[in-house]
Amino acid sequence: MDILVDNFDLFVAGFFRSLEIIAYTLVGCLVLGSLLAMMRVSPVPPLQRFASGYVGIVRNSPLTVMLFVTAFVLPELGFNAPFFWLGVLGLTLYTAGFVCEAVRSGINSVPPGQAEAARSVGLTFGQTLGEVVMPQALRSVVPPLGSVIIAMMKNSAVVGVFGVGGDLLSVGTRLTSAQGFAITWVLIGVWLGYLAITLPTGALLAAIERKVAIVR
Amino acid sequence: MTARRPILGVAALSAAALVLAACGGGDGDAAAEDTAAAGGDTAATEDAAGGEETAAAGGAGDFAEGTTMAELAEAGTIRVGTKFDQPLFGLANLEGTPEGFDVEIAKIIAEGLGISEDNIEWTETPSAIREEVLETDQVDMVVATYTINDERRERITFAGPYYEAGQTLMVRAGEESEITGPDSLSDESIRVCSVEGSTPSENIREYLASDDQLTLFGTYGECVDSLRNNQVDVVTTDNVILLGFVSESPEEFAIAGETFTEEPYGVGIEKGDVEFCEFINETLAAAEEAGTYVEAWNSTAGAIEGSEEPVLPEPDPCS
Amino acid sequence: MSAPTSVLYDAPGPKAIRRSRLLSVVSVVVFVVLLGLALLRLYRQGQFEADLWSPLFWPGDEQFPAVWGRIGTGVYYTLLAAVLAIAFSLVIGTLITTSRLMLGRTSRLPLVLLIEILRGTPVIVLIFFSGKFLPAVGVDLSNLWYLVIGLVLYNCVVIAEILRAGVAALPRGQSEAGLAIGLTRSQTVLSIQLPQAFRLMLPALISQLVVIVKDTSLAYFVLTGPEELLRIARQLRNFFDNPVQIYLLVAIIFILVNTLLSRLAVFAERKLSESRAGAPDAEPDLAENADQIVDADSATHGSRGPARDTHEEDPAGHGPAR
Repeated sequence: MDILVDNFDLFVAGFFRSLEIIAYTLVGCLVLGSLLAMMRVSPVPPLQRFASGYVGIVRNSPLTVMLFVTAFVLPELGFNAPFFWLGVLGLTLYTAGFVCEAVRSGINSVPPGQAEAARSVGLTFGQTLGEVVMPQALRSVVPPLGSVIIAMMKNSAVVGVFGVGGDLLSVGTRLTSAQGFAITWVLIGVWLGYLAITLPTGALLAAIERKVAIVR
Repeated sequence: MTARRPILGVAALSAAALVLAACGGGDGDAAAEDTAAAGGDTAATEDAAGGEETAAAGGAGDFAEGTTMAELAEAGTIRVGTKFDQPLFGLANLEGTPEGFDVEIAKIIAEGLGISEDNIEWTETPSAIREEVLETDQVDMVVATYTINDERRERITFAGPYYEAGQTLMVRAGEESEITGPDSLSDESIRVCSVEGSTPSENIREYLASDDQLTLFGTYGECVDSLRNNQVDVVTTDNVILLGFVSESPEEFAIAGETFTEEPYGVGIEKGDVEFCEFINETLAAAEEAGTYVEAWNSTAGAIEGSEEPVLPEPDPCS
Repeated sequence: MSAPTSVLYDAPGPKAIRRSRLLSVVSVVVFVVLLGLALLRLYRQGQFEADLWSPLFWPGDEQFPAVWGRIGTGVYYTLLAAVLAIAFSLVIGTLITTSRLMLGRTSRLPLVLLIEILRGTPVIVLIFFSGKFLPAVGVDLSNLWYLVIGLVLYNCVVIAEILRAGVAALPRGQSEAGLAIGLTRSQTVLSIQLPQAFRLMLPALISQLVVIVKDTSLAYFVLTGPEELLRIARQLRNFFDNPVQIYLLVAIIFILVNTLLSRLAVFAERKLSESRAGAPDAEPDLAENADQIVDADSATHGSRGPARDTHEEDPAGHGPAR
């Protein structure tokens, strides 16, 4: 128990460090994921193929491998940045693949009649997608996107071991290697930290979901 | 205590062989056998053989009832924690078995117990978990560039030291004129890499202008990669470890400055096991007399330029 | 490429075709240029020197057999851990779902709380927990089991949720019929609902196996073993000093293994929908093409964990089966 109290400031700092990773990744993965989804449904075959290839790779390889690429291979290519940003980039690139799929499945869930109607009144591809399909798709996107976002928050724990440090899990590993048997309380601290992020988000998403749900 | 291992080993063998067959090529089978042999056929092969080998410490049967030595000699196998990523001290070879000076030291101790090197079960123990694996009885001893200090003595017992190292810095070749020692690190733009939970990572903090300069990884391999691709500017740890990396790529890396700490390496064992500690010290002393200590050095870390043949340090009192 | 997307735009006219071609050419050029730049840079860094590649990729190399022996070990432990984890998760997940379905609204609260807590925790933290806490309290297991336990702690509740979504997706008549012929609540759940839910959710379960296979790689950061693929990769990396090549190889292996598993999921789905053809509730959209499986899983566990949609209000609504 003492270890939790004595190092409370470390846990708090770790909590905010994790939140920081999550916040940047959230913005990044939503933007990149939506772009990928647009590419996937666009009429340009190479873009479609690129996006679906990307999604295939990301879905089938572990986040750890993606983080290895951003932390060690990108610098090898001359792309040097602080490890924090490389970690955020890795998590963003990984999560974007899942965001893309969530958005695309949302687009697919819009009844074809809607798009057909939009086209028959003369709307272009951009207008059809932007003004008719997307607003409806977003509603059915909320549940899968929500689970992707929560998964991303949990995945942020892995980023810390790639030279980023200072996040919740790293604080935990540092304290356990320093103190051995205090493991129980350290774990509880780390655990509570992550729950304080994921549970409220889950509740928030459930509320949004209720709000935007369409009765069909 | 280790009965499950051979079963896993056999399973590994058959599965590895299967996978290999699927991957095309029977030429892999030999390797698979090696793998299995490394982790597998430990127990029960030869308790008998050990007896005569070590005159100094006495044969397997001579240990007092109830001591760790008697238990280990009886089991005929010992679990050793070491590094798998440190050239010259403990680096996993292609079969996944570690090689290096630490590994040789462990073999000397095992031999003293009448356990042949084939019956040593190696576990990778990165810096951050070395106390933990001893406390939770996952290994019988840790020989892993393990600096003796008082903080660690609260949790475990050290035998030895068997070697005196000192912390220093490694930089990209050509930059050793700019970074000449720990005092050069007060510039906030210099990024330093070390390993989580290691003594050097704590020692270096006092020389840094800010904690943000320090990047910590689980193993030194990652620090070296990061130094190579300009993500950090300095890797710091014990001279011999760094010398290993320099010897692998002398055109890429260089040692910067002198050593600035003393790091006596000890053998970590369960806290309070004074008899085992004394036994290890005696075995090491006997090994020095017999020349096997120096031989162990020369066949590993001694092979590189710039290393000095060590003299076995006076052992610390066991407690 | 499939019907629902092409609905977004008209059959292209000459102008649109020209524009689309232009965009195609531009995007291909951009992609090729970027790839070329990356390769050039790697070349300049000396990353294409043969001795960095040949032990991994060239069967004639003398170290090749040893390397692939190690990789075989890695793949073996990765798959072993994943299979053990999914087997135990299935058993425990079934128990959780069964008890959740049989318990009353209030008496199941502690269970629901436990499920929420485990689902809200990163897998790496659970592996950390099993690898550090269990030995500290005197549980002596091999590292493989610490990894498996960590994975099971997380995945058993995920699987419980998948099964619950499956049960919820069944027509109400199924349980009503069971109760009507005099079966007890538990008999209805065990002999009528769960078997159907298993079949319905088989693809989602296989996809969860993919997630578990990927998660075995987390063991490297918190445990001293087992020698799963990533650990082997790092040992080889330390031996050969060729991180770029070894990570490339590991990524390829993971992608191959997981693509095979995903294919298996699609195959299972097709088999199931064939055998169910004619049943009024057969899900027509599931097995149509390989892409659809992606929708099904991203809805259930876009990554790790079933969608929040399997929550109380309307589990059937977005269940993967629809």
